[in-house]
Amino acid sequence: MKTIGYLIQKEFKQIFRNKGMLPIIFVLPIVQLLILSNAATYEVKDIKFGYIDVDRSSTSRALIEKFRSSAYFNLLAPYSSYKAAYAGMLQGKVNVIMEIPNNFERQLVNQEKTSLGLTVDAIDGAAAGVETAYIQQIVQEFNQGIALETSVSNKNRSGFAGLITIIPSYWYNSTLDYKTFMVPGILVLLVTMITLFLSGMNIVREKEIGTLEQINVTPIKKSQFIIGKLFPFWIIGLGLLTIGLVLAKLIFDIPLLGSLGTLYFYTTIYILVVLGIGLFISNFTETQQQAMFIAWFFMVIFILMSGLFTPIESMPQWAQMITTFNPIRYFVEVVRMVMLKGAGFSDILPQLWKTFVYAILVNGLAVYSYKKVN
Amino acid sequence: MKRFIGFVRKEFYHIYRDKRSLFILFGMPIAQILLFGFAIANEINKVEIAFLDQAKDATTIEIINKMASSKYFSINRYLAAESEVEGVFKEGKVKAVINFEKDFGEKLVKRGKATIQLVADATDPNTANSITNYILSIVQQYNQSINLHQVGGPQVLTQTHMAFNPELKSVFMFVPGVMTIILMLVSAMMTSISIAKEKELGTMEILLVSPLKPFQVILGKVVPYILLSIINAIIIVLLSIFIFKMPVQGSLILLGTESVLFILTSLSLGILISTIAKTQQTAMMISLMGLMLPVILLSGFIFPIGSMPLPLQIISNIIPAKWFILIIKGIMLKGVGMAFIWKETLILIGMTLFFIGISTYKYKIRLE
Repeated sequence: MKTIGYLIQKEFKQIFRNKGMLPIIFVLPIVQLLILSNAATYEVKDIKFGYIDVDRSSTSRALIEKFRSSAYFNLLAPYSSYKAAYAGMLQGKVNVIMEIPNNFERQLVNQEKTSLGLTVDAIDGAAAGVETAYIQQIVQEFNQGIALETSVSNKNRSGFAGLITIIPSYWYNSTLDYKTFMVPGILVLLVTMITLFLSGMNIVREKEIGTLEQINVTPIKKSQFIIGKLFPFWIIGLGLLTIGLVLAKLIFDIPLLGSLGTLYFYTTIYILVVLGIGLFISNFTETQQQAMFIAWFFMVIFILMSGLFTPIESMPQWAQMITTFNPIRYFVEVVRMVMLKGAGFSDILPQLWKTFVYAILVNGLAVYSYKKVN
Repeated sequence: MKRFIGFVRKEFYHIYRDKRSLFILFGMPIAQILLFGFAIANEINKVEIAFLDQAKDATTIEIINKMASSKYFSINRYLAAESEVEGVFKEGKVKAVINFEKDFGEKLVKRGKATIQLVADATDPNTANSITNYILSIVQQYNQSINLHQVGGPQVLTQTHMAFNPELKSVFMFVPGVMTIILMLVSAMMTSISIAKEKELGTMEILLVSPLKPFQVILGKVVPYILLSIINAIIIVLLSIFIFKMPVQGSLILLGTESVLFILTSLSLGILISTIAKTQQTAMMISLMGLMLPVILLSGFIFPIGSMPLPLQIISNIIPAKWFILIIKGIMLKGVGMAFIWKETLILIGMTLFFIGISTYKYKIRLE
């Protein structure tokens, strides 16, 4: 026990002695949490809306006014030709082009159908879908307006079969504030990145510099050495989580409906998984460079397949299978369940079990593959 | 010059000798682009929803069928009472519950008005938002189909042309992003580490007392990585063309030149990092911790920059990846030429010069 104590002391000294690293461990993640949490929104607004009004009638102007009064569209000055508008789209200055054809008003007065030409920049397919939905809503409203006018003037309501309206209500996040959703998730990422990178690099660094041999010839046991190496990072991970939670509460006012105890209990086990992966990487690499490349590879996969930025349900079946091996996925689920839905210990049991088994497996493998002899 | 070539050759030996790193260098970007090209999508797809149908008449069944047949939703279950909603959400699978009021069909006929309540699990506001939009448009279509005077009478229709990506594939959005991230991180990480390594091992001093000029030392370090990154870029572009069927509407030569420019930007950023960092560990943590999330989040790779708060839109301008993503999308998908992307190109050139300028200024010939 005393040996482990000294080892831990040595590790802490080494971490805190490196003045270049301290801001990277503590300041960088916090700054990122504060800034980047604001970036992650799929909300589509300020759509740059270019239009060509060939008709120039009172009806076409009424339609354009409808778009102008919508909060989603940012109307640009009218384009004189489709070509000019399209050039704007190529430059990225226009998201949507609407072309109101000649005879627009006359066709409507003659009780005919008329058609608007829409061109949507669809490189971001999801945004394009939302933009089209907004436009359809406005056009539908406009149609209902016309229908009402004609039916009033004809005094004929026989064709009117009724309207269905939808009242949406959003649970757990009534204002659809995406920060509530992102802050816990990004906090999870930062805790994971710091602990994985630090632990992944640590032992391999001693290997590369040659000091590992010195430790190997001491009577320190394998288990003592590993515990001594990993314990400091475990503490740092929990410390980072604490700072992040306090900031989430103070600055973003993120609700914390569930119990802190549950969250911390889960995190203590979760960090073990990450440290185990780090140790495992350390064992199978010769240089810090190799260790970092591998850590980076797994980190990018873990991040992008965690369901944090893009929903897991949207992935193909085989990719969803892969996400079951992604520890971050479980942590993201747990943090959201506990903080936003107020889930208790029993609600997170499935994730807790998986993480627990994961921790035992990874650490078992890592300790098994660690050899005192080079 | 001969000395310089000798030095570059030494660097190549270093890289080739480390087979494991070499394998990672080429294997990982390929694995990543394949994985993400197929796996990441921000479109909602077969989201599980539940119905609470208190009317169970012909109208509600018709609407339910319409929703179930859409590619966006799949029915998870039917609820019997409103009290079940909470439990269903806590479980986490069902993202929205659609609640038809009592006597839905009758109200619609008699009063000309009926309401559907849509309860969405908004812990993920992005998904909740998309669900609302798609449900709205399904119901609107239904409204349109039952109202005869709209079918026969005057009406504005829309003909939508989805430019550049008619099938709305997520791949078109994500492949340029993944390509950028890989090039950026690999290039910046490789150079920063290899220079910091010489410092840490003490061999930098040996290089500095050699007759090579300091800038030659740095240049010699970078040249092999330029070649490696170019090979990586070629592989990625080939994969995106042949596997993901990404079109290259514009000129391939322009795409190549711009990629080389971006690689130079990333490498010079790597050099800058290495002048600040004393150890490999610091260099790696800066290039990994400092670059990974900002590049993923602020480059427009996943999240549209136009929707971010204004301060972040301004900050996003200093991320080189943002400009490169605009360039790739322009060339590959929109088919534009230099006339449309000269601004982005100039910005990247400016950034490269800026990084190199600061590095030369901060570069110390003597080690402490």
